Amino acid sequence: MIDQREWPLWEVFIRSKQGLDHKHCGSLHAPDATMAIKLARDVYTRRNEGVSIWVVPSAAISASDPDQRESFVEPMADKIYRHPTFYELPDELKHM
Amino acid sequence: MYTQSMDLPGQVQLGGDSAEERRFQARVDADAKIEPRDWMPEAYRKTLLRQISQHAHSEVVGMYPEGNWITRAPTLMRKAILIAKVQDEAGHGLYLYSAAETLGQSRDQMMTALNAGKAKYSSIFNYPTLTWADVGAIGWLVDGAAIINQIPICRCSYGPYARAMIRICKEESFHQRQGFDIMLALSRGTPQQKAMAQDALERWWWPCLMMFGPPEQDSTHSAQSMQWKIKRVSNDELRQKFVDVTVPQAELLGLRIPDPQLKWNAERAHYDFGAINWDEFWRVVNGDGPCNRERLAARVAAYQEGQWVRDAALAYAQKQRDRARKEAA
Repeated sequence: MIDQREWPLWEVFIRSKQGLDHKHCGSLHAPDATMAIKLARDVYTRRNEGVSIWVVPSAAISASDPDQRESFVEPMADKIYRHPTFYELPDELKHM
Repeated sequence: MYTQSMDLPGQVQLGGDSAEERRFQARVDADAKIEPRDWMPEAYRKTLLRQISQHAHSEVVGMYPEGNWITRAPTLMRKAILIAKVQDEAGHGLYLYSAAETLGQSRDQMMTALNAGKAKYSSIFNYPTLTWADVGAIGWLVDGAAIINQIPICRCSYGPYARAMIRICKEESFHQRQGFDIMLALSRGTPQQKAMAQDALERWWWPCLMMFGPPEQDSTHSAQSMQWKIKRVSNDELRQKFVDVTVPQAELLGLRIPDPQLKWNAERAHYDFGAINWDEFWRVVNGDGPCNRERLAARVAAYQEGQWVRDAALAYAQKQRDRARKEAA
């Protein structure tokens, strides 16, 4: 039988060092945001892995559809002129 | 090993040959990771769910044999270390339950199966910890075996499992070293202390070899798991590796491995070792080991005694939400 009183699921994001982005590192169950942050500290930063923690209810995350990955990502693949390496420049050119 | 009953007979689920499955297999063959929302064969999902949940249960039940010695650790430092180690095991269980949940089963469902005695966990945790040396032997041998088993799973085809495994492997090394350190202190201690270390090695050696699961010819499940890159190295290869790295460590401790047939084979460049008592293995896996009932009873009691805490936390969260809503209105 499933326990109907299960704690909701949260996604955990950790900033490993001041100046870096928060990065997704996993998920956990917690009754509320305050507890989720405390539990995230114990579960994901037992060895100084973080200086800051974000938690987000998993249900609040919207994501792109993996089945449409190709059509979703493909339009970016053929625009090679967006990269600086696309341009052939004379060897004499400096500082560019 | 932690998932050794994956190899129980009658659990073979072969993959099909639809266009989707071929595309899936091609991705796995190309060493691309499979993520939770990607299409996957039902049998792949079920196999992984069973394997990851068994692995998680093993981490959780694995806290009991060692937890037994927290209050009796010989020094305050040893006690602090053991608490940290047991806390890590709880963390490992949580990483793995999270990975398993991405396959569509809730942690409560998995916990319910464990508490009902319907889920498997590693046979090794059904052996008792009779002396302090057992805590050393567990760290050195059981965690040593775990490392050898888990390193290949870091390359598993399922992304969330592979990521959990990478995090676990980083922490596991401390577990093994603290265990070896206990064995080292005992084997350099008084004759009684050394005898205690020898006795622990003798009791844990064979159960540790069983942790890797039955020989390949008895494991019909392996071929499919290998093809899906859930399992990457065979039980026997991992077991051999464990023996090869552990024998010199025992020599360093001045302890004797309880196997008269253990001998270096120069031709194979491996140690030969004696026959494993697979009857004992199956007995323990099927619920009749020295501590199966005790472990399950402790697990159920902990779950029931914690129910009021879980309920209170939920009630408090609900009350806070209600109050916030009332203030906004």
